Amino acid sequence: MGEKLLMKGNDAMAEGAVRAGCRFFAGYPITPQNEVPEYMSWRMPEVGGAFIQAESEVAAINMLFGAAATGVRSMTSSSSPGISLKQEGISYCAGADLPIFFANVVRGGPGLGNIAGAQGDYFQSVRGGGHGDYRTFVMAPNSAEEMGNFPLKCYEVGEKYRVPSMILSDGTIGQMMEPVEFKFETVDAKKLPIPEWAIGANPGRPRRMVGSYDLREGELEKMVLARAKRYREVEEKEALWEGKMLDDAEIVLVSYGIASRASLAAMKLAREQGLKVGWFRPITLWPFPKKALTDVAKRVKSLLAVELSLGQMIDDVKLAIDCRVPVHLHARPGGVLPTGEEIVESVRKALKAGSKEAACCR
Amino acid sequence: MLQVNRRPKSLLDVKMHYCPGCGHGIVHRLVAECLDELEVASRAVGVAPVGCSVFADHYFACDMIQGAHGRGPAIATGIKRSKPECIVFSYQGDGDLASIGMAETVHSAARSENITVVFINNSIYGMTGGQMAPTTLIGQPSTTSPKGRDVKVNGYPIRVCELLSQLDGARYLERTSVHTAAHVIKTKKALKKAFQNQIDGKGFSMVEVLSMCPTNLAIAPKDNAKFIAEKMLPVYPLGVYKDADAPAAGGK
Repeated sequence: MGEKLLMKGNDAMAEGAVRAGCRFFAGYPITPQNEVPEYMSWRMPEVGGAFIQAESEVAAINMLFGAAATGVRSMTSSSSPGISLKQEGISYCAGADLPIFFANVVRGGPGLGNIAGAQGDYFQSVRGGGHGDYRTFVMAPNSAEEMGNFPLKCYEVGEKYRVPSMILSDGTIGQMMEPVEFKFETVDAKKLPIPEWAIGANPGRPRRMVGSYDLREGELEKMVLARAKRYREVEEKEALWEGKMLDDAEIVLVSYGIASRASLAAMKLAREQGLKVGWFRPITLWPFPKKALTDVAKRVKSLLAVELSLGQMIDDVKLAIDCRVPVHLHARPGGVLPTGEEIVESVRKALKAGSKEAACCR
Repeated sequence: MLQVNRRPKSLLDVKMHYCPGCGHGIVHRLVAECLDELEVASRAVGVAPVGCSVFADHYFACDMIQGAHGRGPAIATGIKRSKPECIVFSYQGDGDLASIGMAETVHSAARSENITVVFINNSIYGMTGGQMAPTTLIGQPSTTSPKGRDVKVNGYPIRVCELLSQLDGARYLERTSVHTAAHVIKTKKALKKAFQNQIDGKGFSMVEVLSMCPTNLAIAPKDNAKFIAEKMLPVYPLGVYKDADAPAAGGK
């Protein structure tokens, strides 16, 4: 704590996970997240943890399934195509109530796409991603420093509610270097309590089972409903957001992750030009900060969603505010970062469009 | 009265769902006997597959985990690397291990992961209803090769022990069978060695067990043992395919 380090976002996230008590990492190379397994390959042995370069993303997530079942804080990371491969395993972890932690350093898609930062994996992240009914706690950092500080929150929330947790980052935040301060006491992994459900050496206690299936009629529904109760609690208690210049705003830019940095530049630029623009940033994407955004929507004329995708978060924005005001869209898919200037252009278009929703996508 | 035999402590006294004449029950018992005799039951963790033996997690008295189809060795890897004191076994069928999970099988062997793999080869997909397995013999009918496995369409059966024997990381590989009492005894011996290797930190050990599927092979249950003796053994010769004594790369 207290010390400022110049770090890449990916390195900061890896170090942040280690300081948060991560002692098991399995991963597979894919750009733009390679710094994470590279960092973990030497850092894990240094703290007495295990690092495995898996033969595939599929194997990596299943190694996590096994490791997390023993109660150890675990992590895997990948980028878009690799995260798609992990989805079956993530679903199994959700079904077995295992609090795994993983990161998606998103790249342009679909398919092989490119290796630039993008936000096309929003739906996959906040709607479960794999098969079956489940949710994942999703945090969206917008700086290298947050990359370093969010893993701890992911572990804490994941373990409290027994849900998978993830960091939804992107190639730009992963690759850029910024000053990083780890704003928490380093966790002593040895002092973490062993969960009452963890498998392992079991002298003198009843045996334990970890799994996700129940073929008895009606039993699976009970399991899923019990989980849904915890999901509701997460939605009530764990939503995080940040806002700027909201008090007098006529229009508010809504964006997360790297897009929120571009939006912030746009807001400053627009304010210089006398436009009453505010800025709202969901920090957790699931749960989505619905209540806070509804409060904002009550006071403004419209919202402008800024996304590095065709527009995915915008659906949650509309659902959150119940379409109370028009929600315009500035969308740059395919790994392109918008400039502040072009977002201001969209602000002007949106203000002119009035009650008609404007798609400002090129 | 002198009791000469009893249920192993590592096998729970519950009703199994396996079909009469299925080999799983026999191999479950042998694994449980090994855990008892090697006195590792209290630190054993089993990985149940997808397939007929998915319910293995309900039958063994130790901690159990059930995961995705074919990923047993990866799951076992995660457990073993996190808790090296545990004795970890992955119990898998031929579809699980040699088809969808082949990558995990090969790479856990290549890493010489210090785990024990119990591989049941009955030449067919049992749970899903008799589809062609990677181990289905040439000409053998299945529900997805109704006229028999045709090499022009379906290719050739995979011999897993022979394949893995090329890997330096595979430390012990043996193929046995449970179609006769004598072979059951040999299978027990092989399994015990595969577990002892893990206790001794010798690395990846696997026993492939030729086994009966009374329900989904397109032959009468009473002819199952004969099918193994006459049809499977020539394609899958029994024996030790690897027995290397060297320190393991993967864990203690």
